[in-house]
Amino acid sequence: MLAYIVRRFLLAVLTVWAISVLSFMIIHLPPGDYVTSYIASMSASGSAVSEGEALALRDQLGLDKPITIQYLKWVALILQGNFGMAMEWGRPVSDVIGDRLTLTIVISLAAIVFTWALALPIGIYSAVYRYSLLDYIFTFIGFIGLAIPGFMLALIIMYVAFAHFGANVGGLFSADFAEAPWSLAKAWDLTKHLPIPAIVLGISGTAQMIRIMRSNLLDELRKPYVMTARARGLSEYRVIMRYPVRVALNPFVSTIGYLLPYVVSGSIIVSLVLSLPTVGPLLLKALIAQDMFLAGTIVLLLGVMTVIGTFISDLLLMWVDPRIRLGRQ
Amino acid sequence: MAEPEAVQETEIIAEDKIAVATQWQLMWWRFRKHRLAGAGTIVLILFYVVALFADFFAYVDPLESEAQRSLMAPQPIHWFDEGSFKPYVYSLKGTRDPLTFKRVYVPDTSKKIPIRFFGRGDSYRILGFIPWDRHLIAVEGAKASESLFLLGTDMQGRDLWSRLMYGTQTSMMIGLVSVFLSLVLGVVLGGISGYFGGWIDTVIQRIIEILRSIPTIPLWMGLAAALPGDWDIVKIYFAITIIISLIGWTELARVVRGRFISLRQEDFIMAAELLGCSKTRIIFRHMVPSFISHIIAATTLAIPAMIISETSLSFLGLGLRPPAISWGVLLQDAQNIQALVISPWLLIPSLAVIIAVLAFNFMGDGIRDAADPYG
Repeated sequence: MLAYIVRRFLLAVLTVWAISVLSFMIIHLPPGDYVTSYIASMSASGSAVSEGEALALRDQLGLDKPITIQYLKWVALILQGNFGMAMEWGRPVSDVIGDRLTLTIVISLAAIVFTWALALPIGIYSAVYRYSLLDYIFTFIGFIGLAIPGFMLALIIMYVAFAHFGANVGGLFSADFAEAPWSLAKAWDLTKHLPIPAIVLGISGTAQMIRIMRSNLLDELRKPYVMTARARGLSEYRVIMRYPVRVALNPFVSTIGYLLPYVVSGSIIVSLVLSLPTVGPLLLKALIAQDMFLAGTIVLLLGVMTVIGTFISDLLLMWVDPRIRLGRQ
Repeated sequence: MAEPEAVQETEIIAEDKIAVATQWQLMWWRFRKHRLAGAGTIVLILFYVVALFADFFAYVDPLESEAQRSLMAPQPIHWFDEGSFKPYVYSLKGTRDPLTFKRVYVPDTSKKIPIRFFGRGDSYRILGFIPWDRHLIAVEGAKASESLFLLGTDMQGRDLWSRLMYGTQTSMMIGLVSVFLSLVLGVVLGGISGYFGGWIDTVIQRIIEILRSIPTIPLWMGLAAALPGDWDIVKIYFAITIIISLIGWTELARVVRGRFISLRQEDFIMAAELLGCSKTRIIFRHMVPSFISHIIAATTLAIPAMIISETSLSFLGLGLRPPAISWGVLLQDAQNIQALVISPWLLIPSLAVIIAVLAFNFMGDGIRDAADPYG
């Protein structure tokens, strides 16, 4: 059990390292160095950067040193919580990202909860009543859900809501709460706006999960122990829920590790269409303005967040699956 | 296996036919039973025919813009004229609505423009070298660009039908090319991982796990945005293809590795080893043929993800950029919800994406089921 945790933890650390290298690459790919473009954007907005400031900044980032030293310096700064300046905004990156990252997490989690809440019962139903009318309907909807990319579904929902009901379903807050400080009323407002983004984000994952759950459970239901349980007169509900569903659940839990990066990924582009105040629109703006420090940091934070989520799901899997918990693979 | 002679074949009963059928024949028979897969295959063939002969299916230059024809609604075709089959459209006149100042187009019912199938239009080269000027649809007695708007026009007055045809070409081809690159990466790395095992396997598996746990869209957005802005269309096209193919290879590598590992323990491989076959011969003569069908299935199922990636990136303005035309580029016009409510036909390209992705999924599922001898 300990070996499993250590192995997963090491993998998570390795992944964070890989993500940091990739983010650093993104920051450094465009031509010209950060300080030059920082000075340019500052003077464009009217505030000049003095020679001394520029020199200090260059020194801090080690821009005259080899790329590996630059990387180490960047990592050191980040570990101190200093993510650099967002040029367009003239504020520290951490200020600009702040709330938006939290909202990204909230939306991603909501989507995963939605996925689970829907996929579990439907998957069980489809396996138990295989080839029934509802099973076919769910399979069909599942296929459509897989085929429509999230942003397209978002577009279609926006269009239908706007054209036929005159409602704007975008955003996460009502106008009254958008700028307001956090309060219970604001949190409630957020809860009311969550379902649509959660559905849009969750739908393709749900389709996959239903298929996984259905085929896992079908495999289990064919096994002799299920027949034994029936032969001994257990109620149908107990026969199915007591063991087969529990066993079928394991691969289901382990896929959450893949579901999370997928949902976070999707949230970026869906947020743009639904104009949600997550890091998505911020990332796109930063990339188009070539504000690479902001962009790189967002990619880094999203990646790290996903890795933490995956690690938690690994621990969760250990808790559900005694084969892992007891150290046998 | 040799084909039985024609005379004998009629005498052989069905069971014997199965007994002597090759692996591919068995697969084909199983695949034919799968109705959805069949439908998907037909749809995909149509899509690729359009992709190959986009010039023929489009009736005007997709880049020809005209402010006077901006945001025209799809135009109805009248199929019968005075009782006989003579399709025609009415000529359209653009005016301003006196109240809202919006441009509106009214059909001029006195002017009928006949439509001809396989008629003459702009000249082009089939597949880039055979000159021709016939198009699927053409008009008589007027310029197609001024009179025919089957799916309406976009903001700049470019014909959506013709743009959709060229967009299909780009998007379907990008799907194919990037899946090919992924396949090469996946087969090589997955094959090495599965065949040699040991620490090489561990390293490659860890790399795959790491890649799979990174949210892809932000990463690819970053990479795509870092492409120099002064690159021409062809360079951007290839760069995007490579970026997209970097997503897909992990799944393919996983499939290949799994197959290699399970085959390595089969008796016929051991027999080949004992007979002194070289490693290359074992891999390419004995192992590859027995899992190639699975690879084809996995590849087919990987293409839709590629198409969606390209569409998403281009939709964000980070993938292909105008004047290149792809489904994603076309959908960029549909980004603005207000514009969409006034001109919903801008959403039509999304139908093409959905249908293509569904068709690939159905066909891939069919191949996968057919490739599984125990299914």
